[in-house]
Amino acid sequence: MEPEVKLLDENKRRLDGRAVDELRPIKIEAGVLNRADGSAYLEWGGNKVLAAVYGPREAHPRHRQDPARALVQCRYNMAAFSVSDRKRPGPDRRSVEISKVVSEALGHVVFKEQFPRTSVDVFIEVLQAEAGTRCAGLTAAAVAMADAGIPMRDLVVSCAAGKADGTLLLDLGKEEDNLGEADLPVAIVPRTGEIVLLQMDGHLTPEELEKSLKSAIDACHKIYEIQKDALRRRYAVTAEHEDTPPPPEAPKPEEVEAPEPVVPETQEGE
Amino acid sequence: MAVQVVSELTRNHIHKLAADGKRVDGRGPDEYRPLKIEKGFVGSAEGSARIHLGKTEVLVGIKMDFGEPYADSPNKGVLITAAELIPMASPDFEAGPPREKAIELARVVDRGIRETKTVDLEKLCVEPGEKVWLLFMDMHILDYDGNLFDACSYGVLGGLSNTIVPASRLEAEDYPLEIQHQPLSVTAVKIGNAIFLDPSLQEEQVADARLTVATDENGDVRAMQKGLNGSFTFDEIKEIVDRARKAGHELRKQIVG
Amino acid sequence: MVEKGTGRELVVPGDLLGTADLKPGMGAFAEDGKVYAALLGIKNERSGYINIVPLSGRYIPRPGDSVIGMVTDRGPSHWLLEINSPYPAPLHVNEVPWRVDYGDTAKYMDIGDVLLLKVLSVDETMRVVLTMKEHDLRKLTGGQIVEISHSKVPRVIGRKGSMISLIKEFTRCRMFVGQNGRIWIDGDIDDIHNAISVIKRIEEEAQVIGLTESVRSMLEEMYRPSPVE
Repeated sequence: MEPEVKLLDENKRRLDGRAVDELRPIKIEAGVLNRADGSAYLEWGGNKVLAAVYGPREAHPRHRQDPARALVQCRYNMAAFSVSDRKRPGPDRRSVEISKVVSEALGHVVFKEQFPRTSVDVFIEVLQAEAGTRCAGLTAAAVAMADAGIPMRDLVVSCAAGKADGTLLLDLGKEEDNLGEADLPVAIVPRTGEIVLLQMDGHLTPEELEKSLKSAIDACHKIYEIQKDALRRRYAVTAEHEDTPPPPEAPKPEEVEAPEPVVPETQEGE
Repeated sequence: MAVQVVSELTRNHIHKLAADGKRVDGRGPDEYRPLKIEKGFVGSAEGSARIHLGKTEVLVGIKMDFGEPYADSPNKGVLITAAELIPMASPDFEAGPPREKAIELARVVDRGIRETKTVDLEKLCVEPGEKVWLLFMDMHILDYDGNLFDACSYGVLGGLSNTIVPASRLEAEDYPLEIQHQPLSVTAVKIGNAIFLDPSLQEEQVADARLTVATDENGDVRAMQKGLNGSFTFDEIKEIVDRARKAGHELRKQIVG
Repeated sequence: MVEKGTGRELVVPGDLLGTADLKPGMGAFAEDGKVYAALLGIKNERSGYINIVPLSGRYIPRPGDSVIGMVTDRGPSHWLLEINSPYPAPLHVNEVPWRVDYGDTAKYMDIGDVLLLKVLSVDETMRVVLTMKEHDLRKLTGGQIVEISHSKVPRVIGRKGSMISLIKEFTRCRMFVGQNGRIWIDGDIDDIHNAISVIKRIEEEAQVIGLTESVRSMLEEMYRPSPVE
């Protein structure tokens, strides 16, 4: 038998010194990429994640277009060098599944009916992975969507709880995730409390599940503040100096010159 | 997604400027966009470098693992280069397996490193014919505003130069990977009769021809790749090589430092 | 987050804006008798409505908008225009000021051409119809296009066109601002470049106080008469 790794010390401190209900440090920055319509960079413990949003844009292939609403399509991807054993580039079954549940969670808050036949494409790239990359990616993606100006009922925010060494823990770290007894990633709409992503694997009693769920939801509300702060910081510099608002209705475009006679070149010789 | 159509207005404007030796963003013909290099960005990799070249951003990660050598070089480690043009970086990049653009990019960067023997592959042999180090160079394109060849070339050299060989897996001590040479690519495009280094995306889109020249620290040429439908004259090639050597010399100081 | 001294508020999606006495305007929505922000932007109350002035987002065409589009494809009786929005828009031969025979579209305008157009109609499923029939609409030749976020267009135009007039006055360029965030500029090459730098500055500093004055001094600096040698 392998020597047992102690995940908690006698004072219930975790390997990285955290208390059982303590999050790893989280840092978010909005608007970090140039080409994308919106983006966010997030560090969460040892996770480094980028999220980018394009859209709403014309949905491809065309037969996938929904005449009544926008599609929200997420692609979660791990860089080859993001994990200790190099990952083969490209999607695997795990990343396809994560992409699907994250798309569904994000899609819940978008005013999709405002943009029929389009897609809002969300790209999550895990550059360095520790544990909880789907929660990190989803949290970053929601910030990127707001940065892109996508109309939403609220942000979406995600966090996991779980169990290791017989103890319920918030936001599992790498060893806790590998050696633990249960993992419960959750995403919520903080304003309404709706749960929009829920996965679980391992072994929990109904009582433990309830406690873990509550602890993950509480943590989501804290992370929500970090998301909002990132969005405000992106524009605070300019907003502080603001004088007059742009007119709410778009003004008429500026006609500048007397128009030239409209004769296409090809017609002249005819 | 369709290939980006460049408007006739933009094409004419860039050509008109080029005829006067001028560029849309006001740069000189040999002037590179601001280059920023951040080494060791990825903790999960043995080496890494994040490159900003103007608004182009790439992240290169170096990973090492054990594997079998090729039959024809049983005492040599194996170099593996891959580029991913992920759809995050540009509305024109699609998800899926690497297509020709990504494969060409990876191969051109690979040639510069391989041909200079930047890394002594014999030193990456653990047990001849049985077990050698595989050295993976993965290029992740995050933001695309032109000139991926050079951005990736700098990222790979930057990444290799801070790679730590995880020899502790062999119950030895980890040690820094030895870099024997410093190959760097310099890319030029031809627009009309003008030749500009470090093309932006807009310049790439209207360019007639492209030439990438990798030189080593002695100014010798180590790899080249001509691209696009247009052509160069003999004298233009000579001129580009000359300009690439000079520009490469300056860039090398920033990357290996 | 109320910004100091201005009473102006930067909001993010989901922020509570007010209760039942106010109606949700653009970028806002009502739920259970309360009004919330749907967008990242600046809160703006006007005649009983709460609007959010967006800071980002794609251009969505509305009837009557003047736009600058680029031909990306053509058929025997229409051209397909890219207008910087999620919706590509056709321009039918009936909506151009000439009689175009079936199959003759390429003789008039081709892929890569840039056109000044008006949005004629937009239906419920966001099918957009364009027209080039009004007298100042045309194919643009010469000059250059600069693209900015469509949400910054009002700032480039300025109050009653003050900002754009200022730029034109100094650069002597001909300009046209499309509501889709595309600006056409024509004139001397150096003047075009000056105009582009000024517009980029306005885009970056769209919210800064005294923008018109700082733009004026930027232009004065550019067009200061060079000292006599």
